[in-house]
Order: sequence, then structure tokens, then C-alpha cells
Amino acid sequence: MKVSAVITLKKDVLDPQGKVIHETLDGMGFNSVNEVRQGKYFEIDVNENDPKKAKDLVEDMCKKLLANLVIENYKIIETQ
Amino acid sequence: MKSSVITFPGSNCDRDMDVALTKFGFKNKMVWHNDQELPKSDLIVLPGGFSYGDYLRCGSMASKSKIMNSVINFAKSGGLVMGICNGFQILVEAELVPGVLLRNKYLQFICKNVHVKVDNKENTFFKNLDKKVLEFHIAHNEGNYFCTNDQLKEIEDNNQIAIYYCDQNGNTNDQINPNGSIKNIAGIFNKEKNVLGMMPHPERMIDESLSGEDGSIFFKNLLNNIK
Repeated sequence: MKVSAVITLKKDVLDPQGKVIHETLDGMGFNSVNEVRQGKYFEIDVNENDPKKAKDLVEDMCKKLLANLVIENYKIIETQ
Repeated sequence: MKSSVITFPGSNCDRDMDVALTKFGFKNKMVWHNDQELPKSDLIVLPGGFSYGDYLRCGSMASKSKIMNSVINFAKSGGLVMGICNGFQILVEAELVPGVLLRNKYLQFICKNVHVKVDNKENTFFKNLDKKVLEFHIAHNEGNYFCTNDQLKEIEDNNQIAIYYCDQNGNTNDQINPNGSIKNIAGIFNKEKNVLGMMPHPERMIDESLSGEDGSIFFKNLLNNIK
């Protein structure tokens, strides 16, 4: 079963890359952008058919490796 | 005195550290990341470099390698552990010291000499050091020290800030902050002060004709403190 996880920076953590991307978008004429925050996306294929168990497994991975909880939040966004 | 330097895939300051430790009288051993056990040591060093190509987050993969279980046990039982640059990043990812190291504020790799102010000498690393300001070298892309407000309060309450970026007279301010670190923090201890993580490289300042001698002062003092 495939499970996806999105890792984003917490609100009060500086994201200089997001800022530069925002400024570049601005320069290209996308003037309606309020803010850009850059994150990470993972697609993980786990050997598990129970959706709940698969999600729990990926959540554990997020806590232990994929995200650093001092600066990042994680969200399990879909199963298929 | 015995020391061990851990080599991870992508470490590139491990041999410099070996040269520095040996020069000042440590009997040093190199330890591969895939080993399970540490040789008997008075000091463990996690060296600088780009372990695992800085994949995911700097130091995150290395912090889960086999040898790190032994390093964590060694640190938890009071053993001296020092992480330099990528070694500092590994220490924060292993949660042996608080906080994280973010990308430098202005998105540039910084490679230059800096001055650091030693704030706390009540520990084995800096005890009896007769200089307050040292000139070290930094070379990093992710050295922007960050922690939560709660962590910062705890760090300050426990005197865990080891060194600050400063000018040559020891003044700390925003202009002298190379990477955006909170409070100009360049290095930090764990609560018990037996684990030190710092971005600057003392091992690059051990030759008067090539660099400067402040690294020599640091290592000589460290050896005397461990003896």
C-alpha cells in the first residue's frame, strides 16, 4: 500500500528558500502571492494492506526520521 | 589520553581531526560508522563533512547509524563527546544537544575565519582556557542555529551556550553573525556539559604558518583538562 507524507516547516521557522521563490514569482508577474513555504513530499510503499496500520507505520517514520519536530510538521495525506 | 574519531560516508574532516588530536598527545583511533562498539576512549569526536551527502536533513542519516547507539550510550553515561560542523548537525539530529541547524540565513555557503567568544568555562572543554576570544574557521551551508523559545529559555537557564560568534574584541551583534543563528550561537552543550556541538573547526587552526594557533590552544587545554 502507498502512503504519502508531506513535511512542512513550522510557522515561525525562517524559510529563506521560500522567500526567494516568492520574490522570483513576484518578479515574473505573479503578484498575488502572499507567502511561499517550501516543504518535502514522500511517497512510501509499505508492505501492509491495512490502511490504518500503514498510516501508523508512516507516522512513526515521520516522527523518528522524516521530520525534525523542532522545526517541521508532518501530514499523512493519502492512502491508495 | 585516548580519543576516537567516527568516520561516516561523506565525512571529510575526520583525518584533519586525527592529525590535530595526535599532534597534541591523544592516542587516536578512527572508527567506521558501521562498527557496533567504540574502542575505550576518553573523548569521541564526530567530525565535519557531508555525511550521506546531506540527504534529507544534514546529519539525519548519520544520527541513525550503528555506531551512534554506542556514542549515545557513551554520552548518556557522562563520556566526553564533541561534534564539529557536520558532527554538530549529527548531535542535534541524535538529540544529544537541543535545537537544529537550518540553512544559512542568506543562502550562501560560508567559508572564512571567525571569532568566537567562550561564554562558559565551567566544563571540561573550556576550563582553564586563558583566552576569552578564539579565532576559528567555519565552512558550512547549514549552520543557522535555531531552537524553540522554550528550548532557548532552558538552554540559557542551564548555561548551555558554549560559544558565540563575535568580533575580535568579543562583542556580539547582528553584523558579526555570519549565518543568522539565534543569539549568535556557534556552539552548544548538553545539560550536563559533557557533549559539545559547534560549527567552527578548531582542527583547522593548529599551525602557525598555515592558519593560526587558537586551535592548538583549544586542544592543548582540552588534553590537560581530561588528564
